[in-house]
Amino acid sequence: MPTSEKRSVVHSTFRLERSFDASPERVFQAFSQLESKAKWFSGPEQWVAHEREFDFRVGGREVLSGGPKGATPHTFDARYFDIVPNQRIVYAYDMYVGERKLSVSLATIELRAQGKGTHLVMTEQGAYLDGVEDGSQREAGTKELLEKLGRSLTDFVA
Amino acid sequence: MLNQGAALDQVFQALADPTRRWMVERLSRGPASVSELAKPLTMSLPAVVQHLQVLEQSGLVRSEKVGRVRTCRMQAEGLRTAEHWINQRRDAWERRLDRLGEFLAETDPEPKKRARKK
Repeated sequence: MPTSEKRSVVHSTFRLERSFDASPERVFQAFSQLESKAKWFSGPEQWVAHEREFDFRVGGREVLSGGPKGATPHTFDARYFDIVPNQRIVYAYDMYVGERKLSVSLATIELRAQGKGTHLVMTEQGAYLDGVEDGSQREAGTKELLEKLGRSLTDFVA
Repeated sequence: MLNQGAALDQVFQALADPTRRWMVERLSRGPASVSELAKPLTMSLPAVVQHLQVLEQSGLVRSEKVGRVRTCRMQAEGLRTAEHWINQRRDAWERRLDRLGEFLAETDPEPKKRARKK
């Protein structure tokens, strides 16, 4: 790696909350069983999967690698640190694009019974490294922005 | 910067034109001189320069003159900053949780009385 490369870390936390019309047991299953998790935890639909590993237990590893066809794969590589069935999941993961590390994060999923449903709180604390990007990402990012802008413009005109 | 309302208006305006969108797409692949940008376009050089000025004013593109060559490049700092990735991460989670909600509704063992989406 060239020594001239600028090193940086940005720390950031985000938190999302959702209520589901399903018991904590069912929500927990959607995180703990590979078949269920595959239904919702994946990259964009048009992405191709390269690698999948799923060992849901404390100390276990989860890997999901994939990307647009022919493009550098994005890899999610996680390890579970705390699992309380139907209540809490804590895992740490790093994200790569090809060989380059984008970020290291700690994710916490909390589930609480809410009537007959479940209230989910997801908190992610991340260290984002070196503002990492490569040419393809930048292009994809730009394209995505343009598409978004394009759509909002169309909406605006219509 | 892209996150200010007025600046965003300028960006939208800049991108409302297909020629300028093409220029942005071209520059997102790497810098180019004004004449390189003008080459595939069927318009006069002054017209090309005018489009570039709109893009520069919006903050999307900046240009630099070295000798007789003016080189244009993307100036979308907003796209490069970590903030962009963090927002993407957050957006990705929003979409995942949407899908989780749909999945939970589809696999409900005790379907609600109200009509369920197929």
